[in-house]
Amino acid sequence: MSERGASLRVKGLESGYGRVNVLRGIDIEVHSGELVTVIGSNGAGKSTLLKTIVGFVTATAGSVSVDDRDLTRTTPERAVGIGVSLVPEGRMLFGPMSVRENLVLGAYSKSGRGEASLAQDLERVYSLFPVLEERAGQSAETLSGGEQQMLAVARALMSKPRVLLLDEPSLGLAPKVIAEIFHTLDALRAEGLSILLVEQDAKLALKHADRGYVMRTGEIVLSGTADDLLADDDVRLIYLGKWHGKDDVR
Amino acid sequence: MGGSELLQFVISGLKNGSIYALVSLGFTIVYASTGVINFAQGEFYMLGGMFSVWAFATFGLPLWLAAIVGILLTAATGILFELLAIRPRKDGDQLSLIIITIGGSLLLSSLARHLFGPDELAIPAFTSGPSVRVFGAAIERQTLWIWGLTITAVVILNWVYNKTKLGRALRACAINRDAARLVGVDTRLIVTVSFALAAALGGLAGLSVAPLTQTAFDAGARVGVKGFAAAILGGLGNPIAAVAGGLMLGLIESMSIAYLSSTYKDAISLLVLLLVLFVRPQGLFSRSRREKV
Repeated sequence: MSERGASLRVKGLESGYGRVNVLRGIDIEVHSGELVTVIGSNGAGKSTLLKTIVGFVTATAGSVSVDDRDLTRTTPERAVGIGVSLVPEGRMLFGPMSVRENLVLGAYSKSGRGEASLAQDLERVYSLFPVLEERAGQSAETLSGGEQQMLAVARALMSKPRVLLLDEPSLGLAPKVIAEIFHTLDALRAEGLSILLVEQDAKLALKHADRGYVMRTGEIVLSGTADDLLADDDVRLIYLGKWHGKDDVR
Repeated sequence: MGGSELLQFVISGLKNGSIYALVSLGFTIVYASTGVINFAQGEFYMLGGMFSVWAFATFGLPLWLAAIVGILLTAATGILFELLAIRPRKDGDQLSLIIITIGGSLLLSSLARHLFGPDELAIPAFTSGPSVRVFGAAIERQTLWIWGLTITAVVILNWVYNKTKLGRALRACAINRDAARLVGVDTRLIVTVSFALAAALGGLAGLSVAPLTQTAFDAGARVGVKGFAAAILGGLGNPIAAVAGGLMLGLIESMSIAYLSSTYKDAISLLVLLLVLFVRPQGLFSRSRREKV
């Protein structure tokens, strides 16, 4: 967490399921310490992009690298060791296990570092999400949706990532909880962590990001600074539901 | 039936039940990490006995060493089995994997017949001496060994599951494989480890009962069915339930001998298996199958 963020470079990435290609040549860069978002509607391939980066889905073409270290066709267990940690869609917590055990498992790839380092990292995520410390002994499946999302983020942080990937962290959560989680993302970015955020809520994502990419049917159709994208007419019309800032289109 | 007679049946039931519990644990451990029923589990039981006999009789190793060699060789067989038969089909569906385990079971028993011959073999009891008498019932010394070894194995396994990094990885894998991979667990290694553990437990069962029942190349199938029934009875995927299921099945069998006839002993476990599958397919002690958040 206190480590310097790495830069993530995705070049011409293609992948898919069976013979169906979902990603069709994706170019994305996240510089060290940046918060970059990929927005787009349902089915654009955003989740597939993250799954391909960590290796759940195998790339058929293109490359992924972290600080010039090639990560193409890696596996999720190797990616987390290299410092790329994914907060997956649906959170994928270990439901019957306690909050604390989930966090300890989060540090699995770093468990050579010993107990002292583990305790320190636990303290660190507890300070980011105090509610997790209150619930430490409770099983993960008994947490509220917002708390589960916090646990998912905290678990990913336990691996001391240099690049954090998040898949729709706001999905299904109350505005207050979303604000809390995004506030934490801001803080992590301020500390120098590189973050790639996939979101359907374009307005929310662009408000917190440095830069953004717009994805449509497996391709990047637009990119720019978050401010530019927020001001872009197409983005406003399609993803923010506004036209020249006057009325809602609907 | 008198009290001491009944007690004798309970003792016998708990003896067989301990064996079923160990075999059932093997089913549960492999199922938890792969989602597959390993029908070769009974052969690990057979191999545990055969390897020990072989180490003891052919190489003249002391009995305790022969037992350890038996467990280690059985565990090694489990690892080889996973590497050669299961891992290459990692993307295969579960049905094909289950069929592979059935084929593997046949292969292992045939190999054992070639290596060790068709005859029944035995090793001496771990400690000699007369039975221990308790309230008019007799407990053979080997039965005490079986109980002691079973309890030791369960305690160690419980410690590994709850207190070690490996155990956490095994449980994580059972709850959600993809999530386990996300935090860095090498799930392929975990599958191999679970086969090794399952084989070692089966081997332990086979060699600790070998002084009482003798063993032969075809001893695996019958115990495999019992262990499977016990695992289903308890509820697959939960180690404690697997042990409870094993002990219960042993007792049920023993009571059926006491009150019905020994003719039906083997049919009872199949009957229990069917009843559980019809009435309570998740097992007696299981909350639900694989939980996801």
